[in-house]
Amino acid sequence: MSDDVSNAMDADAVVLRDVSFAYRAGTPVVARCSLRAPRGRILALLGPNGSGKTTLLKLIAGALAPDQGVVERAGLVGYVPQLLHLSFAYSVLDVVLMGRARKIGLFATPSRRDVDAAMTALGRVGMKTFADRSFDELSGGERQLVALARALAADAEILVLDEPTSALDLRHQEIVLRWMQTLVRDDGLTIVFSTHQPQHADAVAHDVALVHGPGRVDVGPAEQMLEAGLVGSLFGVAMRRVVANPQRDPEGTLVVDFAIARYRGMHRY
Amino acid sequence: MTDTGTVHEQQSRRVRLVLLALSVLLGALMLLSLCLGRYPVSPLTALQILWSGMTGFVPSVAAWTDTDVLVVSTVRLPRVLVAAIAGGALGLSGATLQGLFRNPLVGPQVVGISNGAAWGGVVAILLGANFVGALAWTFGFAMLALVAVFALSRLSGNTSILSVVLAGIIVSAFFTALVGLAEFLADAERQLPGIVYWLLGSFATVTSTSLWVIGVPVLVAGVPLLFMRWHVNVLSLGDETATALGLRAPQLRWLVLCLVAMLVTAQVSVSGAVGWVGLVVPHIARRLVGPNHQALMPASTLLGALYLLGMDDIARTMAEQELPIGVLTALVGTPVFAVVFWRSQARGWVRE
Repeated sequence: MSDDVSNAMDADAVVLRDVSFAYRAGTPVVARCSLRAPRGRILALLGPNGSGKTTLLKLIAGALAPDQGVVERAGLVGYVPQLLHLSFAYSVLDVVLMGRARKIGLFATPSRRDVDAAMTALGRVGMKTFADRSFDELSGGERQLVALARALAADAEILVLDEPTSALDLRHQEIVLRWMQTLVRDDGLTIVFSTHQPQHADAVAHDVALVHGPGRVDVGPAEQMLEAGLVGSLFGVAMRRVVANPQRDPEGTLVVDFAIARYRGMHRY
Repeated sequence: MTDTGTVHEQQSRRVRLVLLALSVLLGALMLLSLCLGRYPVSPLTALQILWSGMTGFVPSVAAWTDTDVLVVSTVRLPRVLVAAIAGGALGLSGATLQGLFRNPLVGPQVVGISNGAAWGGVVAILLGANFVGALAWTFGFAMLALVAVFALSRLSGNTSILSVVLAGIIVSAFFTALVGLAEFLADAERQLPGIVYWLLGSFATVTSTSLWVIGVPVLVAGVPLLFMRWHVNVLSLGDETATALGLRAPQLRWLVLCLVAMLVTAQVSVSGAVGWVGLVVPHIARRLVGPNHQALMPASTLLGALYLLGMDDIARTMAEQELPIGVLTALVGTPVFAVVFWRSQARGWVRE
């Protein structure tokens, strides 16, 4: 797998060095954060609500500029927000076409080739038949896949996904997680995503960053970081791993609700 | 793939048809407008006069009188062109602003541009400025109003629908108050009638000079704006998302806003504050061609031209005395807006 090439010099898709950011002066949301996302792998940012995951992702995607520090990206980043909200009922194809914004000149409109690229991107997440539907008629899971397609249409090599599963029901959680795995395995993309559900990090991530809050982000391989004690202290709940040593099935696919059963939160009070 | 590709092509064909139909309608209405009035001229005569004016060709037996020529070429033609250009500018401004602010209630008037420009025009009248000076004053205050609205809405921490509309109301009210003060202090003999008449909005004073005053800025601002129409789609996703998609969103937004301010300024400096065009027209256009700005902005331009030209025809032919166009557009625009807005909730706008 892609692990084999990880000893190459430019093995990292994203590198953050001492990055700090504050929306209001004096209250940093990200403080002196350093982390790297290896190429061709999935990095999960795991942490409770309000720990700064979204801000960190926006910094990685370039939607926000750091106050201090450096963000390096070895490729084009496609950003998929937590909820893709539109004020206008654009068609699915219109939405995906917007992913081509970089390639369409300021005084130009999408060409035939842009439309083809958008259709191809929709096909890659199995949504081709939805092209002419109105985006606001879609379910949450379908919207998430369209947002993924929009990032793919940009020819992004790095996908940054903000809580891609949090608004979805179990079936759509599984669908989105599977597509993430497929895109990394088959197309060699790098994915950075945030979640507050340990089982989702466990299901797909190679590496996990535990985001405690400004100034404390611990990164490591998934097996090491998803240890019950570490995850428990991250969320402030007692946890134990129900299955000590999970077996991934040979095709590399995982059944999500199996993964969910592995953690049972036990509140202290 | 072929299926959806075909549907996509069908849609763009439909859009082209709608735009073509609107253009033909506009041409027909312009011709009709040349003929309408206290001194009627037949459409054929009007066409012949235009043709001879353009080519210099004069038939040996002229089928028209000198009065016909005067009425069509000197009196009505500039007015018809100016009204159509002004309407197009307002329709385009409205569609652009609604996309930019992601807000169905936004129009040039709501975000303060119109009122700022109106105050600029009043200042110009008080100072006795010539038309270049008037243009500069109206543009300056239109931009100032826009900056103020943006700054105020930012103070509340976001540019949500409510904060923009509230900021617009505040800024508009401030400039309206300034205008009121100016009316009170103005010389009742020399300045006040000019101010009041201009503020009500009218195309009655239009001359061929007005055609230049409105035509040049509208061309300079409108053409690039129409070319950038697809990017308004991307800007309508909000600054953060647009930036993540690779646009320099804040700069682009300001560029677009400056162009819009230029359009509105040109209209206001020629015909006073004409409300309820930029707000209403995009809603009707959205029902015809859908929410994609690539189709919406041209459609809204043509529809705005049709709408304002039609209104001006009514204004100058309905009563013995000419009606102020601003009063008429508000009178017609408000109920139309009420109906269109509630019905358009079902299409083109995502329900909140």
